Amino acid sequence: MIKVESLNHRYNNGPILHFPDWTIGDNEQWLLLGSSGSGKSTLLNCISGLLKPTQGNIVLNGTDLYSLSSKAMDRFRGQHIGIVFQKPHLIQSLNISENIEIACSFAGLPVIKSKIFSLLESLGLDGKAKKYPSELSQGQLQRVSVARALINHPTLLIADEPTSSLDDKNAENVMDMLITQAKENSASLVIATHDTRIRNRVEREYLL
Amino acid sequence: MNIFKISTKNLLRNKLTTFLNVILVAFGVGILSILFLASTQIGNKLESNSKDIDLVVGAKGSPLQLILSSIYHIDFPTGNIPAKDAYELMQNPMVKRAVPLALGDNYNGFRIAGTDSSFVGLYGLKLASGSFWNKDLEVTIGSSVARESKLKIGDTFFGAHGLNDSSDEHKQHAYIVKGILVPQGNVTDNLVLTNIGSVYKMHEPSGEEEHHEAPESKEISNKEITSILIQYRSPMSVVLFPRMVNQSTNMQAASPAMESARLFSLIGVGIDTLKWFAILIMAISALSVFISLYNSMKEKKYDLAVMRCLGGSKVKIFFLVMLEGLLITFAGAILGLIIGHTALQIIGLYQESSQARLTGIYFVGEEIYLLIAGLCIGIVAAIIPALQTYRVDIAKTLSK
Repeated sequence: MIKVESLNHRYNNGPILHFPDWTIGDNEQWLLLGSSGSGKSTLLNCISGLLKPTQGNIVLNGTDLYSLSSKAMDRFRGQHIGIVFQKPHLIQSLNISENIEIACSFAGLPVIKSKIFSLLESLGLDGKAKKYPSELSQGQLQRVSVARALINHPTLLIADEPTSSLDDKNAENVMDMLITQAKENSASLVIATHDTRIRNRVEREYLL
Repeated sequence: MNIFKISTKNLLRNKLTTFLNVILVAFGVGILSILFLASTQIGNKLESNSKDIDLVVGAKGSPLQLILSSIYHIDFPTGNIPAKDAYELMQNPMVKRAVPLALGDNYNGFRIAGTDSSFVGLYGLKLASGSFWNKDLEVTIGSSVARESKLKIGDTFFGAHGLNDSSDEHKQHAYIVKGILVPQGNVTDNLVLTNIGSVYKMHEPSGEEEHHEAPESKEISNKEITSILIQYRSPMSVVLFPRMVNQSTNMQAASPAMESARLFSLIGVGIDTLKWFAILIMAISALSVFISLYNSMKEKKYDLAVMRCLGGSKVKIFFLVMLEGLLITFAGAILGLIIGHTALQIIGLYQESSQARLTGIYFVGEEIYLLIAGLCIGIVAAIIPALQTYRVDIAKTLSK
């Protein structure tokens, strides 16, 4: 369970962004909706421990994220939160399998190759493990970034505009994949989007 | 997957830049390594060859040339001195040991040195096989001479006039190999040793042969020799004896210690220039590594932000960047040492003088400092780019 309590954030001298309290139950799937500049990405960054809010708490499975030290926060994020960005952001010098391996290594978890291969297979990427990011299509790269986010069985899977740069077919595929994989991995799912194509795919909505 | 593997893969992705940086470091370390090894070897050779020799007495001329020709056998002698005067000097009470030398011939570039049994004692020569020379035309050869000329006990050969050239052979007399020395690690490895009488015999006009039975007999008083290697009886002689020789005889006394020091000061200017040149190359390589790491941070900031996002701590990412700098300079330092040793070995193969031959198969403990210098360059070059990782705003970077 994730609780967002009394959260607000202010960038330098900008306006204060207020976020309504929010509770995300286990295995729940949410859409985080709002116009550009409403603070969707800010809220996601706060929830994923990448941006310390000016005020308020984020509690994930009983752990207050911002009470942790910087190092403990990094480790906690690696182990409990999977993040899919708008762009895949894969490391170009590593092959697909290694791009997923580092998610385990940096989180301090063991690398299990068979798990990586079966995850890639379930995402339709069998045979691509030894390929480099430059050899894959945009849709395939986004699927790899989903695999990287899921490899450590996170409690929370966060996706920030995962479909905005994809065509209809790939957007549909990525949504299917996120929803299915989140269910299969028993992870709560939060998708921040202003993409109207996916509004009807998830029941719960949090509006900014 | 550890940060070492990630750093290596990052470096291999930009092969050309990495290669150029490694080569720059390698050239700097390579030049320093050559200078280091060569000066150490030359210093050791100078020391081991002149050990126990306090003074060299020979014909007037350049004292350095006298030392180089009589001890190191790498230059032409200054001339000859009357054997009668030389033997009188050898009887001086200040002299503990005196070794006469008669030079002038060679065999395949190896100098033939006419001397007496005191030469064996001076250098502590030991036989690998056979015996020391005893009669005229008998020789005992150094280990390098035996190996390179493939001479064995009982083999005969003709000496040639001059110190390097083999064209003017003394066909009237053949030397016979009576013994081969164990490797001594000094100039005697490259010498063909015989008695002084043999040298005289080679240079007598045909039909005027004399009989030289005992090498240590003083029947050569009307002849000439090249020089005498002298060991003093007491340190008091250091001042008195050379002055006496230079002022009261037609001969010249030269001190190996002083001339070696003078030789080192002469070549020291060149060595220092090369040293500063190598240090400059290493400084440029540090700058080059710094620039390439600094520039790569721009394109790598997404990668580093992703790693932080995946749980990589700031310290871990800092060491990842530091490791890239260290890997480049460490690889460069290792390659530089290999280049240094290989280059010195090749230089040694093409050296004309076998007496002062340098080798690349030689290691000195101080080479570890070159590796440490390589690592220090890596640290200096990588520290600023690595510190930049602390300033990466993950959220801002990844939202772009």
